[in-house]
Amino acid sequence: MVENRPFLTFVAHAVLIAGVVVVAFPLWVTFVASTLTYEQIANVPMPLWPGDQFLANYGQVLTAGSTKGSAAPVSTMLFNSLVMAVVVAVGKICISIVSAFAVVYFRFPLRRFIFWMIFVTLMLPIEVRIIPTFKVASDLGILDSYLGLTLPLIASATATFLFRQFFMTIPDELAEAARIDGAGPMRFFVDVVLPLSRTNVAALFVILFIFGWNQYLWPLLITGQESMYTVVIGIKRMIVGGDAATEWQLVMATAMLALMPPAAVVILMQKWFVKGLVETEK
Amino acid sequence: MEKRVLFRSSWLPYLLVAPQVAVTVIFFFWPASQAIYYAFQLQDAFGLESRFVGLANFQDLFHDDRYFESFKTTAIFSGLVACSGIGISLVLATMADRVVRGALAYKTLLIWPYAVAPAIAGVLWAFIFAPSIGIVTYALQKLGIDWNWIINGDQAMLLVVIASVWKQVSYNFLFFLAGLQSIPKSLIEAAAIDGAGPFRRFWSIVFPLLSPTTFFLLVVNIVYAFFDTFGVIDATTQGGPATATQILVYKVYYDGVKAADLGGSSAQSVLLMIIVIALTAVQFRFVERKVQY
Repeated sequence: MVENRPFLTFVAHAVLIAGVVVVAFPLWVTFVASTLTYEQIANVPMPLWPGDQFLANYGQVLTAGSTKGSAAPVSTMLFNSLVMAVVVAVGKICISIVSAFAVVYFRFPLRRFIFWMIFVTLMLPIEVRIIPTFKVASDLGILDSYLGLTLPLIASATATFLFRQFFMTIPDELAEAARIDGAGPMRFFVDVVLPLSRTNVAALFVILFIFGWNQYLWPLLITGQESMYTVVIGIKRMIVGGDAATEWQLVMATAMLALMPPAAVVILMQKWFVKGLVETEK
Repeated sequence: MEKRVLFRSSWLPYLLVAPQVAVTVIFFFWPASQAIYYAFQLQDAFGLESRFVGLANFQDLFHDDRYFESFKTTAIFSGLVACSGIGISLVLATMADRVVRGALAYKTLLIWPYAVAPAIAGVLWAFIFAPSIGIVTYALQKLGIDWNWIINGDQAMLLVVIASVWKQVSYNFLFFLAGLQSIPKSLIEAAAIDGAGPFRRFWSIVFPLLSPTTFFLLVVNIVYAFFDTFGVIDATTQGGPATATQILVYKVYYDGVKAADLGGSSAQSVLLMIIVIALTAVQFRFVERKVQY
């Protein structure tokens, strides 16, 4: 603080509180709606204080799903989302850390070519190659499977760059010492590079977990059976069109269940989250 | 930049890059080349035969008013999302940089929407703005505003912009805050000694020094509005009413998956790829040489 201006400090707090309230408002309405009966929501305006249907609504969606839209239990969807988020995050980290290691610590023909090949994938988001990617998945017979849900999303240019960038900062002396001691490349990778990369891996995991959990278009295309829906897809299937026909209290309970896990990851692992976010964009 | 100390092996590096290369070729390059191939083909109504038609699919697109309409919608949408998102988060970050007490609490309470999936963000806002039962709709009616995004195109656009910005503010906020905290305090103090008030200091020193961050966020936000907002739109307006919120990505999906027009959709995909390549090139040029004063 350069100077003491009580009025400006007051304005700053006021603006921030207003920001926090606006940001949190939809979440509060969602939470309240998830504890009401359908009649209470339909009776405009709905109350802004939680009702007593919390257990009933959450119990219903977790075990049985909605009655008018998708009838798949949300617990299955949450499990699918968890599998997808964890496999995508771990898979991306594994394949990019080894390929970054190869690109940094070896000289081999095609090295530049492979590096550029990975780089170009940044320019091919799933949205621009929807139908052919779907065809590939269907030719491989991996529609409606965990493999189909995760494998196509596992290639990652950003993670590879992050690790490459980080490996460049590892002092050459460490690799030299390892070589003098007779350690081969894999020994060096496991005993030196991996332990040094721990914080990068943690930061990246947080970002990629959220990325995987929140995927929408790809699961939408590739899942046909309700048992394979992720929760983000499932919620959309519960909205059957028209305010009157949708069981909003159940949709809102599902929305809370869908957004809590990644939000908890962001809040509890804030340090890693900020580090991951800032570094993957460099 | 290259490493001086290297390992030698004729086969190990290939083994290490193999998984990444395999996934990249199978799920990125092969589909992308297929998209380019289909863009020059015309399929018959039953999808049994296709023949080479050269640039006909592209010519159709350029003669299609709806495609230009979609371009315009995308431009308006991404302009609104980028500008309002950046503006709001700059104000919040400047304030958060100023306060001492409660700074961490504010930060935590402002960044969590990053974790919310675009589709869920859409559902949340669609609910509070729902035409018959929405709580904000009710408040607007009390103020004499007739709100129904299901039939009013401008209101539908406003809804998807609000939902998209709400989700993106947290991201911009973190980057602005990091940018603000990296500005040397001595500069601000020197200006204060010279008699510059808080607003003068902001416009003459802080804002210019933040320009690399602002420009970076502008590109990121445009990319976000182009592609990542698919979930917001599909969960709320689905491009409607009519085509009021049908952005380019949604049109590719709609024409390809719902309307089964493979050639037309692929031609749009190819044009989108060109847009992404241009945006990425801008982004990387900028990362190399930051905008500075």
